Amino acid sequence: MRSRASGICGGIRRADARPTGAQSTRLFHASPRSRIGSLLGAVLATAALAGTAATVQAQSARQELSAESVIETIKQRRAIKIGLSLFMPWAMRDRNGELIGFEIDVGRRLAEDMGVEAEFVPTAWDGIIPALISGKFDVIISGMSITPQRNLTVNFTRPYASTGATIVANRRLTEGFSLEDYNRPDVSFAVRRATLAAVVVANTFPDAEMLQFDDEIATVQEVLNGNAHATIASEPAPSRFARTYPDILHVPFDRLFDEQSEGFAVRKGDPDALNFFNHWIAIYSRSGWLQERHDYWFKSDAWDDQVAQ
Amino acid sequence: MPELVKTRAIPVVLYLIVMYLLVRVSLTGAEAMGYNWQWYRIPDYLFRLTDDGFQWGEISLGLVTTLTLSLQAFLIALAAGLIVALLRLSDLVVGSALAVAFLEFVRNMPLLVLLYLFYYVLGPIFGLDRYAASVLCLGIYHAALVSEIFRAGIQAVSTGQWEAARSIGLSTGQAYRFVVLPQSIKFMLPPMAGEAVHIVKSSAIVSVIAVVELTTTGRNIIADTYLSFEVWFTVAAVYLAITLTLSIFVTFLEKRYAVKS
Repeated sequence: MRSRASGICGGIRRADARPTGAQSTRLFHASPRSRIGSLLGAVLATAALAGTAATVQAQSARQELSAESVIETIKQRRAIKIGLSLFMPWAMRDRNGELIGFEIDVGRRLAEDMGVEAEFVPTAWDGIIPALISGKFDVIISGMSITPQRNLTVNFTRPYASTGATIVANRRLTEGFSLEDYNRPDVSFAVRRATLAAVVVANTFPDAEMLQFDDEIATVQEVLNGNAHATIASEPAPSRFARTYPDILHVPFDRLFDEQSEGFAVRKGDPDALNFFNHWIAIYSRSGWLQERHDYWFKSDAWDDQVAQ
Repeated sequence: MPELVKTRAIPVVLYLIVMYLLVRVSLTGAEAMGYNWQWYRIPDYLFRLTDDGFQWGEISLGLVTTLTLSLQAFLIALAAGLIVALLRLSDLVVGSALAVAFLEFVRNMPLLVLLYLFYYVLGPIFGLDRYAASVLCLGIYHAALVSEIFRAGIQAVSTGQWEAARSIGLSTGQAYRFVVLPQSIKFMLPPMAGEAVHIVKSSAIVSVIAVVELTTTGRNIIADTYLSFEVWFTVAAVYLAITLTLSIFVTFLEKRYAVKS
């Protein structure tokens, strides 16, 4: 970051210095008669030289920028480090402890297209952005919704998926509740910290109590034990939980709250990475591959027997 | 030279140099990372001066919960610890076996597992809410450690005191109450105050079951603002302030009750 900035400053200084030297030499040798002509020439030459110098400088700045791009790092390392956090069915562990899920498919395909290995780095969700910024991995592919707050800290690619969250509630505690009844101070929502669910509670149920946990299983456990009235999560997790515990849990509303789009997150100041990932997503959106994978993980039960229930 | 080494100047200078280097290294690291420091947003989380007057911020409110939680847990630990220590030292075979079993069970289990046990297993059975489960779990965990302090303190009182108490016709209970326990306090106070420091630090673990204390508050603020480093440093400084205050108190106690040989 710093070396790039100083390179540009140095370049500006050099671009100024050279034309000045050329100008003074020409003025010294010119005869009085052609002084106006040579002055004109000097001005033109100055402009031309300055132009060339600026072009050379801009080019070297560009080279530095692309040499520092994370794309270059990935190619040299022959592996792409992908930061993710476990969310069903974005990324989860199968019965053998291997990572599977939508993000894993996306990450593998991306790595394959770049001709490198895919290296997944599971990270706690609330520390995932600081970890990206400090360079623990190259890109976050973890169902991260594009929000203005996050975008102030990291850059997002164009969306590669979209989801909305819905409520899954404890049957006994929320019997006969209307949507308004959930927005009461004595109603508690157990949600996963720093997720879309926390946003939904803050926007839609501002009066309710919000209990924040580190993982999704803990939030569902709270509702199962009756310590919280309901939890919110991105589909299809709520429907699956309700199917697993039909006597205790139910999905009271057939609607999605705060629908959002997800993008890859990369460090700021890296146009090459943004360009590459954007076009990669564009290619696979158009071919329908992303949609097909999304449907497989989010709408079908085909992978049910791969994970422990 | 030896006189110079003995003075306070050298350690103080060494300390300052080490601290300067540490701060320097962290600042350089932070700068190289390109992190955008926004310290100016932090004071709002400590307190706010609005039109409605003075208001405590979220971190301060979290601190109050941490302190009440730690205090309640510490009182439970003292009461339970004393019972366990007395059982351990008693002539009852069942009593000392129970005490040893409790001690080994609790002391060798990670605090996090014990917390899950209290909240998810015992909670539904006894109707414990998240706060009660936290206080009990911390109290029981530290009771095991406190009981060892009690035992060591009681055993440090010389046996002659016991014999003297017996010879003037005191029962075991009376001997404990009037002779042994008052004398053992000076042995117990310093490690006991250290245990209080320990309990404040371990209370952070209840953030995993969403009890809104200092650590939970910090994590929630980070989730909203992404000010990871500023908030964690602030929270760490608040913990440090509490534990340092307690540590100074410990030093004072150690001097006051120093055992003269």
